[in-house]
This record gives sequence, C-alpha cells and structure tokens, in this order.
Amino acid sequence: MKYMLIMRAVDQAAVDAFEQADFNEVIAAMGRYNESMIEAGVLADGAGLTDASEGAVVDFSEDDPVVTDGPYGELRELFNGFWMVEVSSQEEAVEWAKRAPLGAGSQIEVRRVTGPDDFPQDNEWVQKEQEWIAEGRLAGN
Amino acid sequence: MVPPETTAPTAGGADRDHRSTAEAVARVVAATWRIEAAKIIASLTRHVGDFGFAEDLAQEAVAEALSQWPEAGIPANPAGWLMTVAKRRAIDTWRRQERFAERIAALGEGLEDEQETAATALPWDPDAIDDDVLRLIFISCHPVLSREAQLALNLRVVGGLTSEEIARAFLLPVPTIQQRIVRAKKALAAAEVPFELPPANSWPGRITGVLAVLYLMFSEGHVATSGPDWMKPALSLDALRLTRITAGLLPREAEVHGLVALMALTAARFPARLGPDREPVLLADQDRTRWDRSLIRLGEASLTTALALRESRGTYTLQAEIAAVHARARTLADTDWERIAALYGDLELAAPSAITTLNRAIALAEAHGPEAGLEYIADRGVTAALPRFHHVPSVRGELLARAGRSAEAVAEFERAAALATNDREREVLLAKARRLQ
Repeated sequence: MKYMLIMRAVDQAAVDAFEQADFNEVIAAMGRYNESMIEAGVLADGAGLTDASEGAVVDFSEDDPVVTDGPYGELRELFNGFWMVEVSSQEEAVEWAKRAPLGAGSQIEVRRVTGPDDFPQDNEWVQKEQEWIAEGRLAGN
Repeated sequence: MVPPETTAPTAGGADRDHRSTAEAVARVVAATWRIEAAKIIASLTRHVGDFGFAEDLAQEAVAEALSQWPEAGIPANPAGWLMTVAKRRAIDTWRRQERFAERIAALGEGLEDEQETAATALPWDPDAIDDDVLRLIFISCHPVLSREAQLALNLRVVGGLTSEEIARAFLLPVPTIQQRIVRAKKALAAAEVPFELPPANSWPGRITGVLAVLYLMFSEGHVATSGPDWMKPALSLDALRLTRITAGLLPREAEVHGLVALMALTAARFPARLGPDREPVLLADQDRTRWDRSLIRLGEASLTTALALRESRGTYTLQAEIAAVHARARTLADTDWERIAALYGDLELAAPSAITTLNRAIALAEAHGPEAGLEYIADRGVTAALPRFHHVPSVRGELLARAGRSAEAVAEFERAAALATNDREREVLLAKARRLQ
C-alpha cells in the first residue's frame, strides 16, 4: 500500500523554528530520516516545496478563477513537502510519520494513495490514465 | 481522479483516547515491530551475547507492550521502551542463574541512566547497528538451518512479522511456525553459531545462501506452492523489502542489486496477473497498463547498479535483464525477442538448466519462427532432460501448431495432458488438442 505523508506548518512556531534553525542541521536531520526509510526499504518518493511566498493560489469560489500571489491564506493550509512510502498498513505509515524530525507547529497528514483498483475499470478516463502512465507520457518520467 | 475529501480537523488527544482500544494498540505494536524488530534483536544479541535468548526477550517485550500500552498509552520512544523492558527481563532471568554480576556488566550501561534518556535516545549504537543487522541476516540464513526454518526466522527477526502473520503467509497453523522458530534457535545454539560476520573465505557462499532464501521467499509469494490462492503478493513484497535492506547493507554486491531488480520487475506485473475470477493471467495476455510503473523504475535503477558493479553478470542480474526487456515492451509485439534469446543464452552458460534452454527456444521461436524453436529444443535434447515436465510437450505442441503441423501438435498436447498434475491445466491442454483435430 502506498501512502503519502504530507508535511504542513500549521502554527507560526514551526515557521519561526525553521528560520532560526541551522540550515545544515535541518538538512542533516531530514537526511538521516530519509536514509532510515531508504534502509528499511519503504521510501518510494518525496520532495520539499519552496516557500509559499514564491507560490500562487488559484481560487474557484467566484465565477472566474481568482489568482492570488503568495503568501496567502491561513498558515494551516501550507503544504511544505511530502514523502511517498510503500508500507503494509496505515499504522506503519503513521509510525514512519511519527519519526519525522519536526517540532511544534508542524503536522503530517497521512493519506493512502489510490491505485487503479480504487476506480471502475470500465471507465474510459481511468483506462486512459493507466495508458498514459504505461506509455511514459507523464512529464519527468 | 476524484477531488480530495475534506476532513474536519479533530482534536488529536480525544481522538487518540477513543482509538486506544487493545486492537488499535495491537496494530501499532505490529507496525512498530515491523520497523524496529531487526535493530532491536540485533542490538539485544550484541548485549546478551546469545541470539536465541535475545529473540525470546524481544518477544516477551512485545507481549508486555500488548498488555501495557492499551492502559498506559503508547510511549514516545517505542523502540527504547521495548529495549528497556527486554533488558530488564534479561536481568530477571540472570538473577535466577549463576554469574549474575558478570553478566550484568555485559549489558553495558546502567539501566537507570538509560531510562532517563529513553524518551528520545536511540536504544542502539548507531555506528554498529548496520553490522549488527547484517549479522542477523547471516545468522537467520545460516546453512545449519533448513530452508523452511531460514524463511520463518528471516521473516520473524529481520522482517518483524509476527508468528500469526508468518503462519498466514504460509497457510500453516500458528503452532507449526512457532515450533519451527524454536527448533531453528535450538539448532543455532547446538551448532554454537557465533553472532558475527562470516569469515572472508566463506563470504561468497554465505551471500549466495542469503540470496537463495530471499528469492525462495519471493517465489513462494509469487507462485504459491500451496493453498487456494496461487499468489500471495504480501509475502513477495516483504521479500523485496528484506532484499532492499540487504542491498543497503551490502552495497558492493552486484547480485543483491540484481535480485532487487528481478523482484521489483516481477512484482511490477502482479496487478495484471490476476484475472476477474482470481485466475492466473499469462504474460502474453496481461494488460500492461496495469503494471506498476514505480516498481519498474526501482527495478531499472537496481539493474543499472548491478551492471555497473560487475562485468560478469550473475544469474539474478541476467534474469532481471530479461524481466526488464519485457517491462520495456509496451505490447507483446514490441518485445525484443532477439535480446531475450541472447540473454537466455548467457543464462544457459552461467547456470545450465534445461528449463532455461526451453525458455531460450520460446524466445528463438518468437524471434525467428516456430521451426527455430523446435530445432533448438531437439538439438539440446530438452525432452530427454525433462521427461516428466509437461511444459516441454506443451511448448512443442504450441510451436508445431503455429508451424501448421497439426497432427504432431495434437500428439504433443495429449502427451502434455498426460503429464500435467493439475486438473485445470490438463483441461486446457486437451482443449487445445481438440481444437486442432
């Protein structure tokens, strides 16, 4: 089963702590965490995101989409990075999430990633999506 | 494909309390154990100097977690908690025995100090743990053990599976698995197997043994030899996980990476191998869009590593290369059969086997027509080498039918049906014979 561990800052404390922390130490702690998942044979993918102030939001609440340049919204909406892990249960995914080197003000959301079996196989678009993946048509593949 | 569900944030504490039932805790204990078992047992063995005793202590600590955590809550450092409990159990056992003081000294640091730092500290020596886990892999694949014992012990001590999970994987009663593990530990004790890396001169042979155990574990899940379900993918995926751990510990061993590649590329096809009625779907008929692309990427990356490490390819690496050729073909017709025939040729040289020869004949038939395959089977005397193996007449029948030699094909399909041990396969072969008459 594949799970995504979604890292969020939900409180100013996390942002402040990150700004005050020694960057090399943060890299080293994350590196050790990632290495532990590599050594256990569970890490499938992962990435961090640049600061929200460099991003933008496209909001669909109005008739026409409204674009807002970052920084934007509530702190708890900030999604800072993710890991994809291949594990045997949700509990195992949670156990890995608990080991992340994060402090107060941070959260990890643990979500199962859907696979082909989660969708009706006779749907034209479900079939197309599987073909795109198989044909390597996703950018970066 | 679907918009993400929105979930209202819940108060963490209340939610946790609510779920703190014994069953939920048992799942957390199992998850923790999967992640930490190898490290805990390896470092306990280092502390107490006896692998069997360390394994017993670890199991007692797990049992204690199952009874205490539902009441007391899940500790902040579950691995540290388990280690501390296991060490206390060791002391309790030794109290009843001789040489108490001497043995306590062997435990190293005082337990009191440890408890103070237990909330955060790693319960093992981070510089020594990789070697300790590698020792654990070698000891649980030790040649004094039977293959069955090696499989069970590996899943238990390296893979962190419970006896119940192992029993489920092999469709055996739990007591059978427990007995197997008890006997394995006794055999290791009787043979006085030390907890250390094998001496340099036996290293290649021992690595071959470890890989054979891991591959057998994978194959058992891939083509189950017993039970109503002919595939047990969870067991294969555990074998892949253990092989990836081993590859991390033996990064210079080409064949370990080759085995990771072979397993990943084979497992990539699992989603396409079961038909709607859970019947097997052959490679030729599989819906290739259902192959797992992330496993294919892992397989390709491991194959690259394996090929870069050594000039002469081992048998796992060669089989992985064959699997990679299939993985790269978007349709059956796109398959580079010439390359597959060449790789089977290399495999025949590396590890001569009539089954490999038969596979090469199939690839040659795909590349150059049925007569080429039939000729190769005749030249290499495959029929004589495998007289009881129904696949030989079955493949010959298929190739003869394709060459338009129907009468000979019927005779081969009937011969194959007579040799088949499985009713379903026999039916399929007789149906093929009938269609040609």
